[in-house]
Amino acid sequence: MADNVKPRVRVPRSAAAGEAFEIKTLISHKMESGQRKDSDGNPIPRSIINHFSCDFNGENVIQAALEGAISTNPYIQFEASIEESGTFTFTWQDDDGSEYTDSKDITVG
Amino acid sequence: MKKFTLSATVAVSLAFFAGTASAQVTDALVVDGTAISTSAPASDWLDIDQVLSGWSFRTVETRALQTDDFDNPGMIFVDQAIDDWNTADGTEGKSCASCHTNGPEEFAGLRAELPRWDEEQGMLMNMEDYINLSRVEHMGAEPWKWAKPRMNAMVALLSLQSRGMEINVAIDGPVADTWEQGREIYYTRVGQLDMSCANCHEDNYGNMIRADHLSQGQINGFPTYRLKNAKLNSTQGRFSGCMKNIRAEPFAVGSEEFRALELYVASRGNGLSVESPSVRN
Repeated sequence: MADNVKPRVRVPRSAAAGEAFEIKTLISHKMESGQRKDSDGNPIPRSIINHFSCDFNGENVIQAALEGAISTNPYIQFEASIEESGTFTFTWQDDDGSEYTDSKDITVG
Repeated sequence: MKKFTLSATVAVSLAFFAGTASAQVTDALVVDGTAISTSAPASDWLDIDQVLSGWSFRTVETRALQTDDFDNPGMIFVDQAIDDWNTADGTEGKSCASCHTNGPEEFAGLRAELPRWDEEQGMLMNMEDYINLSRVEHMGAEPWKWAKPRMNAMVALLSLQSRGMEINVAIDGPVADTWEQGREIYYTRVGQLDMSCANCHEDNYGNMIRADHLSQGQINGFPTYRLKNAKLNSTQGRFSGCMKNIRAEPFAVGSEEFRALELYVASRGNGLSVESPSVRN
């Protein structure tokens, strides 16, 4: 488990049915690209968040495959729209096998 | 054809003009709905009329990052500090929360006065000093190193509690001599480039030094998240960086010289608002 990896998510508390709104996600992660070398000249191995997905009431909303060029503290922002109240769940997967999650409730109205 | 060419030229020259007009902005800084002033009349012992926050010297995009606590990358580290706040550390099995039962909010107002003389401790105290004082004496924990991520994050968390409050650093009484020492350092040329703090930050703020838009070098926003190194930077860490920029041997972080300088530089910003954690280049 990488150190100090914390997700933050911003989802509006409520939205009109069918109307698009913005979801912002951020996760603090070093995103070691694998391209750097340490002071002895040895390559520092890659260690990044490689996958992000967002589900709403069990249904997948968006998935993203992240590669080494994504910089520290990946910020992913997208629009979504919903027809019913429920819960967004966000999942980030790390190269080392760890998974980080967050969730936010939202009501339609 | 002729009309098209003319308007294209006008458009280009306007863009060029906007690009080279490196004046600082006078927009208001509004953070999550709360307005924070970014300028104030300078103290009467200063040779400048108005003190300006570093915020007003940055680009539109950089300034925007500070207006929203979600977008502000410095808040990630504040989150980490909240975790540390709640985690027990040291022989006494206590966390910050164990004693400070009302949360970091207890520290509202402190950042606005630092560095300050502490009668009980008999010395000039900085936020880092207070943090380590509690860690060592109350928690039985190892002191944190200054200018390192963990300490910077905690300083940011505690400084955030004073955000929007007016900087009011005392320069008289028991700190008067230290303040004088700091003032002298500020105006002394050092290093291979033979420059003093004043040469850039008092004589040339608003001008460009290579690709950098020089600010007044105020520290009301420290610890600051710098886009350049994607992390929080402390005041003395920045002093060290500045000295290296002019190829001088920097004073040590936590040294008497840097403490004096920090007191002086903080007082130059009297009247500005605390902006910590700010976002800068």
